[in-house]
Parts: sequence; structure tokens; C-alpha cells
Amino acid sequence: MNSREKILEAVLKNQPQSTALPAVTTFPVPEGRPVDRFSEVFMEIGGFVYLVNGIDGIREMLNMQSEKKGRMVTTILELQDIAELVSSEHDPHSYSDVELAIIKGHFGVAENGAIWITDELMVQRALPYICQHLAVVIEEETIQKTLHEAYEKIGEGSYGFGGFISGPSKTADIEQALVLGAHGPLSMTVFILQSNKG
Amino acid sequence: MKNELQKDHAELAKEFIKDENRVDWHDGALWFIREKRDKAIKRIPEWEELRDLASAIKDNVVSNLHGYLLEFEANLIKNGVKVYWAENAEEHNNIIYSILKKKGITEMVKSKSMLTEECGLNEFLQDNGIDVINSDLGEYIQQIDNEPPSHIVLPCIHKRKEEIGELFHEHLGTEKGLSDPTQLTRVARNHLRDMFLKRRAALTGVNFAVAETGEYVVCTNEGNADMGAHLSEVLIASMGLEKIVPRKKDLGVFLRMLARSATGQPITIYSSHFKKPRDGQEMHLVLVDAGRTRQLGRKDFVASLKCIKCGSCMNTCPVYRKSGGLSYQNTISGPIGAILAPNIDMKKHADLPYASTLCGSCTNVCPVKIDIHGQLYKWRQEIVQKGYATNTKMMGMQAMAKTLSSPSSYEIIGKAGRWILRNLPIAFNNNFNAWFRQREMPKSKKDSFSSWYQKTHPQKNNNNE
Repeated sequence: MNSREKILEAVLKNQPQSTALPAVTTFPVPEGRPVDRFSEVFMEIGGFVYLVNGIDGIREMLNMQSEKKGRMVTTILELQDIAELVSSEHDPHSYSDVELAIIKGHFGVAENGAIWITDELMVQRALPYICQHLAVVIEEETIQKTLHEAYEKIGEGSYGFGGFISGPSKTADIEQALVLGAHGPLSMTVFILQSNKG
Repeated sequence: MKNELQKDHAELAKEFIKDENRVDWHDGALWFIREKRDKAIKRIPEWEELRDLASAIKDNVVSNLHGYLLEFEANLIKNGVKVYWAENAEEHNNIIYSILKKKGITEMVKSKSMLTEECGLNEFLQDNGIDVINSDLGEYIQQIDNEPPSHIVLPCIHKRKEEIGELFHEHLGTEKGLSDPTQLTRVARNHLRDMFLKRRAALTGVNFAVAETGEYVVCTNEGNADMGAHLSEVLIASMGLEKIVPRKKDLGVFLRMLARSATGQPITIYSSHFKKPRDGQEMHLVLVDAGRTRQLGRKDFVASLKCIKCGSCMNTCPVYRKSGGLSYQNTISGPIGAILAPNIDMKKHADLPYASTLCGSCTNVCPVKIDIHGQLYKWRQEIVQKGYATNTKMMGMQAMAKTLSSPSSYEIIGKAGRWILRNLPIAFNNNFNAWFRQREMPKSKKDSFSSWYQKTHPQKNNNNE
């Protein structure tokens, strides 16, 4: 009998009497506009939030910070005039010198400031982690209130890799002192495309 | 490793508390995290309902583990992940070694994984010519100091920044005396970035493994797991059998609770869902038993397998806060470690269930509602029954059992005890009794409680007639 069989046999023999799998309760969602809650939580975590009207607004903001030197890359076609388009063909290591990466996220989560991004939007899985600064674009009306709603929206998903990202990388391993910029980005900015509904 | 195996928890704790300032600081640092957790959960009105739900889901997992493991395995294979099963640490280590050897890899980066610490993977690979670097900052610091982690979430919580500065000076050539946390973190960032870029293999732990989709979730704040994983050509994950959750939507429950319980954050910065290898990458996953199936069969302790490793029981435990994680001599320390360790080696860890006041604070904060202090109490009984308690404890308990089972001897002993306390305190306050090392006994009364009660509450029954 190999280890797999031995382990599975021991599990079957030892597991206690079966209990039922509960349904995931629908909890009442908090009051207020999700975009407000999202922005508040995300800034508390240490990120920056800008409400913009369309991609042009983002381009303007990035141009204003043109003194920022270094390699700027994006996965957003409309921004290829100001940043280099990321290619899935390249070795991920070739993005190690990226200063700023601008990518799209699927949606934000108001209760925890997290943004769901899959490999389809990352183009290179390493990109949102390897860049020095990360900017993510989401649409206001996609913001979910809770993580439960978020998983409802994700469903099974067709990604190979997906992640919630909720701010700049950080550590407090040295005497509990908070340091932004551990191994991932030093900063994270979210551009929220405002819906026209007012 | 610097472990001193011949000493028990009480003796090592005694060394830890010699430095009063350090103990106060350590105590305060952990309590601060406990307070952050309290603040975070108060923002979730349904917190207690979430705990019930999380607990019920995990009850279902441990009681249907066989089916879930098969489902998870089948989905992993469908996703293109290679699956391995390891009965024990040795087999686990050999599997990792053979994966690396086949690819001719001699260097690997590892993100936080208590399981591989438990298995002694780093030492094993190093002995076989493979270098491993821990990339979580706290774990990296512990590794260069040749110490195991003292806390599962905050591996070097017991170290002062000056000590870390000294280690960096020695190992990374920083300026002597540099102890600023931001500057030290930047130095580590640059050093480890090089490792991420150069090393071809990465290993991560697993926080949650979803049976129905075959994906697994890794949570970090530093981004180290992702840096390793997405730059590697060989990606390995090691997980204990109990990490399963049945459905993807269960992640909504557990990810809402994990970081809030651990550090008071609403969620970790990164919650990464690994499902399929990227083009040109190999993904391997090792399912490890190492005592888990045995614990599954222990009726009194099976609930310990529900643990999601948030560390909140450690942060709140008065004994952990004042004795430090290393005094437990087990990878997982604190209250949860004291339940898990005796299952692995009852004799070696017989001291751990006693490293508790049984105050129950651990049980109150546990997000999956494990009755931690109840299990600690039960382990004590099991350890005494199996004859693993220390001699002084056995003698004391036998004497106590005799005394308490007979009212007349209880009265005599009580009288004698009060006399000795008044006249000969050294009889209690001696080296055999760890309780008195930092405490003084109260002044003893001449009377017993029952004679005091009789005097102050005269029986009125007869007078009424």
C-alpha cells in the first residue's frame, strides 16, 4: 500500500461522525455607498484613491507626475501612448525594473479595500508584485460591499491565477513597526472610474 | 537550532522572564495586537455568527475529510498540478528533494510555511546540498539567527530591533548600530529581491485549499509568496491535510476572519488563488499527514484540526505573552501548539498543556471556536494517565486526590497547611513549586473557612422552635 492509500485509509477510519455542511448565510450589508467605504478603508490601509472620469483623467494625473522617472508599463490599450504595453511573451524577470505598472482590476470590495485581479488582466502574473509602484483601475459600480458578495461575483472563474490585492506590500516584523514596501510594491494607487449616474 | 531540549517550558520561561523590561515589552506588544483584533471585529456586527459558521464548516471538513481530499486531488490533477502524499516529515522532505533534484535545482526561496518548519525541511535540504532562503522578513531574521519562529504569524516578535540590527550587520553588512525598522526592511528587500530573481524554485505554504475547484489560497502581507511563485519555473506547495475548505464561497467566511483575528487588518494585503501553472511552469502540491490522521481519531482533540493558524490564541494568552514562543520548543507554540504538540510526541511535549492558566481567553478569541482551554485540561488528564507527568506533579496530584476524597483528612491537612503557612512558609515557597518564583503567599488565617462560617453564621434552626 502506498502513502496515498495509507493516509486515505487512516482518514476514513478516524474521521468523526459526519456533520452537515452549513449554507453560507447572507448577512445584511452595511449602509452607505460602497465607493465611500472602499475609499475610506483603502486609505486607512495606506493606499491612495483617486476618483476620475474616464481613462483621460488617469492620463492627465500620470502626466502631472511626469517627474517620476523610470519604466512605466501598462496592460491598458488606451494608455499605450504614455506607457509601454505589457506582453505575455516576455520572460517575467524582464519586468524587474518596472517603476510603475498600471493595470485593470475586476472589482473592489468595500469592507476590506481589496481588488480582485486575475491573470487575464495582469498579463504577466508577476507584474503587480514585482513593480515598485502599482496603480489599478476599477469601475465604481463594480464595487462589492462584502467579501461574500465578491465570491458570488467571482463564481468558479476561468483563471489560472487570481488574487485580492488590498494595498502596498507591508511588514511589521521588526518590533511591530509598520513599514510600507516589504517585497512587493512600495505604494498602491486606485483609480476609480466614476459612473455617470451621478 | 538553539533549542535546549532537556529543559521544560517552565524552566525556559524562567530564563525568559529574567529580563523584566523585555517581558513587559513582549507582553505589551502582543496585547497591542489583541486590542487591534478587538477593534477590527467590532466593525463586523455579525462576527459571532461568522464564528459559528466557520466552526460548522470546519466540523464538516474534518468529518468528511476523506471525500474532500479525493475531490481536491482530482481537481488539482485536472488543473495540471502534480499531487504527492507524505505520511511523515521524512517522506515530505524526500519528495521536495526529488522534485528539485530532477530539475537540477540547488537553490530555492520559501515563503512562510509552519509545516515545512515542523518537518525540518531547510536543514534536510541543506544537508543534501540545496540552499533554502526564508523570504518572509520575520522568518528570514529567525533563519539567519539559527532560531525557529517564536510565533506563527510574527516569527521574530521576541526580538528587539537592536538585536535585528546586529544580525543584519553580521550577515548583510549593514552599518553597525543601524536599527531603524524601515531602513532594515529596505536592506532585506534588496537582498531578497535578488534571490527571487535568481532562484528557479519557490515553495509556499497553503492557507486554504478549495476541494470543489482544486485551487489553493496563500495569504501574505509582504508579497513574498507571489514574488517567489510567479518568478519560479518550479512552484511547490506543502499543506497539511486539514487545510481543506469544501466550497469556493467558504473563502468569503474564512478570509473575513483570518486577518482580523491575526493582526486586526480587514484582510491580508495579498490573498492569492493558485489554480493552474503559467506557461512553462510546473506546479507541485504535497499533502502531508504527519500525525494529522492520528489527531483525527482522538475524539477529545480532533477539534484542534479546525485551526486556521491566525495566532490570536497566542496574542491573548497570559502565559505565552510572558514566556515567549521559544519556550514551548514546538514550531507551533502558545495554546494551540500545546494541543497539537502532544499528539506528535506526548512524552516530549508533556509539559505544554501545563503552560496555561486555563483562563479560557484563547477559546474566546478563536475564530473557529476550538475549545482550546478545555482540550488543554483534557491533555493533562491523558498525560497523567499515560504516566508522562513529571514526578513532582504526580506526587502532588496523588496527595491531593487522597486529601480531597476524605473530609476528615481534608480538615486535618487544612489545619496543618495554615499552620505551616504562618510559621514555615518555606515549605510551600520552595523550588519544587514554580508558582512561587515570582509570588508571595498571603498571610494565612488561623481559622478554616468552615469554622469561620459557623462562628459568623450561627445556626438558627433550633432557636426557632
